[in-house]
Amino acid sequence: MSYIFFHITAAAYFVATLIYIAYLFSHRAGLVRAGRYLLYGGFGAHTVTIIGRWIEAGRTPATSLHESLTLYAWLTVALYIVLLYRYRITVLGAFVAPFAFLLLVTASLLPKEIVPLAPALESYWLPVHVILAFLGNAFFTLACIFGIMYLIQDRYLKKRRIKGLYFILPSVEILDELNYRCLTYGFPLLTLAIITGAIWSEYSLGSYWSWEARQIWSLITWFLYAALLHGRLTTGWRGRKSAMFSVVAFAVLIGSFFIIYLLFGGAHGLLR
Amino acid sequence: MNLVIVGLNHRTAPIDIRERLSFQGESIEEALGRLVGQYDINECVILSTCNRVEIVGISQEIEKGIREIKRFLSEYHSIPLRDLDDHLYVHTGEDAVRHLFRVASGLDSMVMGEPQILGQVKDSYSIAVQNDTAGVIINKLFHKAFSVAKRIRTETRIGAAAVSISYAAVELAKKIFGNLTGKTVMLVGAGEMAELAAKHLLTAGVREILITNRTYERAVEMAREFRGSAVMFREFLHYIKGVDIVIASTGSPNFIIRPDDVMGVMRERKHRPMFFIDIAVPRNIDPLVNNIDNAYLFDIDDLQGVVEANLKERAREAEEADAIIDEEMDTFYRWINSLDVVPTIIALKQRLEKIRKSELEKALGQLNGLSEREIRTLDAMTSSITKKILHNPINRLKKEANNVDGDFYIEAVRKLFELEDEEALKKTRSGEE
Repeated sequence: MSYIFFHITAAAYFVATLIYIAYLFSHRAGLVRAGRYLLYGGFGAHTVTIIGRWIEAGRTPATSLHESLTLYAWLTVALYIVLLYRYRITVLGAFVAPFAFLLLVTASLLPKEIVPLAPALESYWLPVHVILAFLGNAFFTLACIFGIMYLIQDRYLKKRRIKGLYFILPSVEILDELNYRCLTYGFPLLTLAIITGAIWSEYSLGSYWSWEARQIWSLITWFLYAALLHGRLTTGWRGRKSAMFSVVAFAVLIGSFFIIYLLFGGAHGLLR
Repeated sequence: MNLVIVGLNHRTAPIDIRERLSFQGESIEEALGRLVGQYDINECVILSTCNRVEIVGISQEIEKGIREIKRFLSEYHSIPLRDLDDHLYVHTGEDAVRHLFRVASGLDSMVMGEPQILGQVKDSYSIAVQNDTAGVIINKLFHKAFSVAKRIRTETRIGAAAVSISYAAVELAKKIFGNLTGKTVMLVGAGEMAELAAKHLLTAGVREILITNRTYERAVEMAREFRGSAVMFREFLHYIKGVDIVIASTGSPNFIIRPDDVMGVMRERKHRPMFFIDIAVPRNIDPLVNNIDNAYLFDIDDLQGVVEANLKERAREAEEADAIIDEEMDTFYRWINSLDVVPTIIALKQRLEKIRKSELEKALGQLNGLSEREIRTLDAMTSSITKKILHNPINRLKKEANNVDGDFYIEAVRKLFELEDEEALKKTRSGEE
C-alpha cells in the first residue's frame, strides 16, 4: 500500500526536477513556484510512504538500504522546506529535487521486502540512532549543495561572466554562511549518531566499538568535518576552500555509506 | 468608438523635431481642451516625454481620428504637416492597445524596461482626468495599461538588471554580500562615477563611507557631502581591512592596490569577502587581486560587460513581457468590442425577451384552459410592456453613443442588465456576415 505513495513521491520529485531544469534555463518565476509546490506535494506523499512502512514493519523503517534511502531523502526534503521558510532561497529546490529523486530511484532498484531485524538489535536505540545519523546526513547534504552553489556563483563572479545561473543564485556571502550553518548542525548530529550507535552496540552486542567498516568510516567522516569546522573557526577558512572541502567530505560520507552497504549488505554488515 | 494613437519617438524623429512637438507643463491642459473642443476627438490623453510625444484619442471613425490628431499637432505647433508626417506613427484599434501597453511597461523605451516611463504615463493620464478628457474607454485602457505594466514588472525580470555602470556596481555588490546594510565602502580618489556609485550604495543600505584623495581637502569636502570620514591618502591601506567595498578612481599611473596588500588585509579580516571596483584608466588595482580567494575585482570594462549582459537579459525578458501583453490584450479587447452600441441593444432586447418568455410560460402553466385568443392577448400585452420599457433607453443609447459619454451609457446598460460580452460579440459577428 505504502508503495503506491512511494511511486507518487518519486513521480512528483521527477516532474519537479524537470520543472526546475526549465527554470534554470528560463528564470521564470512561475516555474520555481510550480517546482516548489510539486516538492511539497511529493513530500506529503513521502511522509505517507514512511508512516505506512513504519506501521507495516512495526519498527523504524531504516534497516534495509531501500528504507534508509527513502528516509534519508525524506529528511533532506524536510530540511529543504525548513530552510526555504527561513531563508527564501527559491533556487535551492533545483538542487534538492534531483537529489531526492535520485535517492528514490536508487531505492526503487533495491530489494523492497521488509527484512526482519535480528532480535538482538531490537531496541529504542534504533530510531534514535538512525534518525540522528540521517538528519546529520541531510544537513551535510545541504552543506554540500550550498558549497556547490557557492562554487558556481564564485566562478561567475571571478570570471565576470554575467549570465545564466548568476542571475538566480544568491550572493556568495550568504551561500558561505548557509554552508557553515549546515555544518554546525550536521556535525553535532553526526557526533551524537556515533555515540548512540556505540551505546546501542554495547546494549545489544556487548561492545561499544568493534572496529567494523561502518564505524571506521564514520570516524573518518567525523574527522573530516571536524577539520573543516576547525579550519573555519580558527584559521578563517572561508568561501572556496570551505565549499570544496564540504563537497569532498560529503562525497566520502555518501561513498562510504553505499560501499559498505553493497559490500556487507547492511548499514553495519550485521544483517547478513 | 475607435482608439487612435498618433505620435513619434526617439526612433522615428530626431531631437529637434521632438523638441518642437513636445508639450510642456501647463500647455498640456490647454492642448487637451482644444483637442476635444475644436477637433473631432471624443476622449484624449497627451503623453510628452523627452523621448516621445503621443496623443491617445478616441474618435467616431478611425480615418477621421487620425486626420484630426495630425491636423491638431501641425496647427498647435505651427509645423506644416508634410514636415511632420514622415516622423509620425499611427496605431489604431488592437494595435494601439498593444502599443500603449508596451509603452507603459517600458518595452518601447530607449533603455528597455526603464521604470520612469510608467510614472510619466500615469501623470499624463491624471492630467487628462483632471481636464475631463478621459472617458470610459480611456479610463479602462489606462488602468489596464498600469496593471499590465505592474504585472510585467513582477513576473519578468525586465527591470531587474542594472543598465548603468554605477548601478551595475551596486548589483554586483548584492551578488557578493547579499545584504549591503552594515557594509563599509571606501572611495579612493574622487570622480563623478565613483561618487554616483557611492550614492547608489548608500541608498542600498551601506552604513559607512570612507573617502581618501591625494588632496586631503577634497576628501574632507566629499566626506562632508556623504556624511563619511576622510582618510589621509598615504594611510588608506591601513583602513582598508575594515572596508568591504573599495571604489578606486585616482589618476595614478601605477597600481595603488597590489595583491600583497590585499592578501595581508584578507588575513586580518578573516577572509570576509571584499569587492574592488576599479573605474580608473589607467587602472589603479592590480588585476591579479582577482585571483585572491574572496576578493572580487571588476574594472571599468568588466562593468561595461555587466551592463551589456544585463541589456541582453532584458531583451530576453522582453519576449516574455510581450507574451503577457498578448494575454492581457485578449481580455481588454473583448471588453472594448462590447462597447459598440448595436450589439448592446441587441443583447438588451434579447435579455428582456428571455425574461418575458419564461415568465409568460410560467403564468400560462398556472392558468389552465385559456383560449387561443386569450393566450395571444397575454403574449401581445407582455411584449408591448417590454417594448415600452425599452423604448426610451434604446433611443437614449443610440443618441448618446455618438457623444463623449456614450461609452459610459453603454457600459452602464451592460452592467445593469448583466449583458454577456461573449453573446454580444457573437451577434455582431453573425450580423456582419
